[in-house]
Amino acid sequence: MSDKTPEQPAVDQSPENVPAPVGQSVHQVGERQGMFGVSGTGDTSGYGGLTSAILYPGPAQRPYGGWYDDVADALTAATLGAGAQHAVESVVIHRGEITFHVRREDIVAVMRALRDDPALRFELCSGVSGVHYPDDAGRELHAVYHLLSMTHNRRIRVEVSVPDADPHLPSTVAIYPTNDWHERETYDMFGLIFDGHPALTRILMPDDWPGHPQRKDYPLGGIPVEYKGGTIPPPDQRRSYN
Amino acid sequence: MSTDQDIYAGASETTDGKVFTVTGQDWDSIAQGLAEDGEERIVVNMGPQHPSTHGVLRLILELEGETVTEARCGIGYLHTGIEKNMEYRSWVQGVTFCTRMDYLSPFFNEMTYVLGVEKLLDIEDQIPEKAEVMRVLLMELNRISSHLVCIATGGMEIGALTVMTIGFRERELVLDLFELITGLRMNHAFIRPGGVAQDLPPGALDEIRAFIALMKKRLPEYAALCNANPIFKGRLVDVGVLDLEGCLALGLTGPPLRAAGYPWDLRKTQPYSGYETYDFDVQTWDTADSYGRFRVRLAEMWESLKIIEQAAERLAKMEGAPVMVADKKVAWPSQLSIGSDGMGNSLDHIRHIMGESMEGLIHHFKLVTEGFRVPAGQAYVPIESPRGELGAHVVSDGGTRPFRAHFRDPSFTNLQATSVMSEGGMVADVIVAIASIDPVMGGVDR
Repeated sequence: MSDKTPEQPAVDQSPENVPAPVGQSVHQVGERQGMFGVSGTGDTSGYGGLTSAILYPGPAQRPYGGWYDDVADALTAATLGAGAQHAVESVVIHRGEITFHVRREDIVAVMRALRDDPALRFELCSGVSGVHYPDDAGRELHAVYHLLSMTHNRRIRVEVSVPDADPHLPSTVAIYPTNDWHERETYDMFGLIFDGHPALTRILMPDDWPGHPQRKDYPLGGIPVEYKGGTIPPPDQRRSYN
Repeated sequence: MSTDQDIYAGASETTDGKVFTVTGQDWDSIAQGLAEDGEERIVVNMGPQHPSTHGVLRLILELEGETVTEARCGIGYLHTGIEKNMEYRSWVQGVTFCTRMDYLSPFFNEMTYVLGVEKLLDIEDQIPEKAEVMRVLLMELNRISSHLVCIATGGMEIGALTVMTIGFRERELVLDLFELITGLRMNHAFIRPGGVAQDLPPGALDEIRAFIALMKKRLPEYAALCNANPIFKGRLVDVGVLDLEGCLALGLTGPPLRAAGYPWDLRKTQPYSGYETYDFDVQTWDTADSYGRFRVRLAEMWESLKIIEQAAERLAKMEGAPVMVADKKVAWPSQLSIGSDGMGNSLDHIRHIMGESMEGLIHHFKLVTEGFRVPAGQAYVPIESPRGELGAHVVSDGGTRPFRAHFRDPSFTNLQATSVMSEGGMVADVIVAIASIDPVMGGVDR
């Protein structure tokens, strides 16, 4: 097998036949092995050596279309005033939902702008949801905020990514008091530390619980169950596909 | 060991003062003990097992006499790791887990999760109309049963036992309908990605119509019992007040928000499942107190009844229509039917895969064991549950299992208002304030 890319004389001769670029860019987070993602037992399909990238929707380009541009413009203007003009790292639009990826040091300024700016007016925060991407190097832990503007009837998502080695980000409780319990839950489940939270303690797990259960490196737990001579392993140790 | 000693309570002296273990009918011993020290301030640990805390909710109340100076909630007693468990099952199996969270509104849990999955699959436009109408029908029936439990238990907690008995009497009728349609009274796992699990059974529409007719007679009973009842009003009016500003800051949605006068209802403002095609009104009240929330719930049951009536009318014209998406890569291999043995097998399908088509057998096996893949990305499609905005943040990495499913449960968020609603009030009003939030601990702790 050669490592040269195949020659495509047809493309050189007639540039109009060049395939159109893929509309949406992608963001790779890890890769999947084999046909079924089976681990432990062998993949007997003959595609065991297959490697496919795990691709998330990538950044969108202007114009975003519709009210997305209005929100992005208003947010740029408002953060400029707050001295956080580079707050938004990227904007992802997927399935009709817009996500602003925000630098962690600017999250408070961005949230304040989103709540207070008359053109934005995101009055309600639907809480914080943590996601652990162990393969997203340097951005393993994500805090995801869903905001709702009742004035304009719009929804956006704000996402902050922090490295696992330094899981700190500023608390937003001062802006959205509703995030008090949500941040405690995200701390409890993922170990994300919200600096400035009034009382960042565990909320669902017992106070002396070791570890953060929703992280991907935390096992599901469970014991094998015996039934009529057979043994059924716990769910995370069964043969599974992914 | 004597019964007045609690082996788990530890020593009866702490640095903060004397510890009393209360087992009932022993108030005198506390009053006496406090009088000896001249102490007015007590910290009461109420729950987690207490009939009026709506399940295993622990309240830590600091009292000056009978006035609450500080109120805090301790939650987590019902945490079962449902979100974590969902990451180890297929996308379809996830429904079986999330339906168990807020056990008083199972269809709403299923619905918000399924809407998220359907959005990621990009099949929102392909859901058959009959499935959409059945979802609406079940959700509105569920809204009635949930509001009934709220009003019933709320009544019980203030001593209005008749409200409790008639509330559960009517809720039973709704559960009978659920049993008829889905086979189960709760934990249905009936709404699936792509549609619903089964078609309406024969005779279901007649039962629903009979239920509507009966409810039209029974719902006025609640109004007659409560609306102008001086004792009922005395306990609820101006108790647990939280105005619009407070609601938005603390993220309260649902009846508390609408009782503060703001007509925000996702069924109207961001319709899903075709709610925009139904004729109903958003109910509000202008007092922002427990009484207002009660009136909003009572009025919402009438609106739900209106929607159920319209949905039943539509379903009558859709006999035999599909209830599952046509895409065989998503839809369950067969529409199961209940046989004479009560089991949900489809004999035609078994004959097909066992006798006629090897490919059909493989397809069935792969879809059931491995499941379908959902494109990588994330979605959040909130719906209006009886308690407010319920949303599932569904994340996929392109695999056959949810990478992450987080539920923004309104009980969890709304319960944060306990402190604001009850501090400065009487200890008896704490119960009323919490009942007016209507928290379901299964949803709070997940």
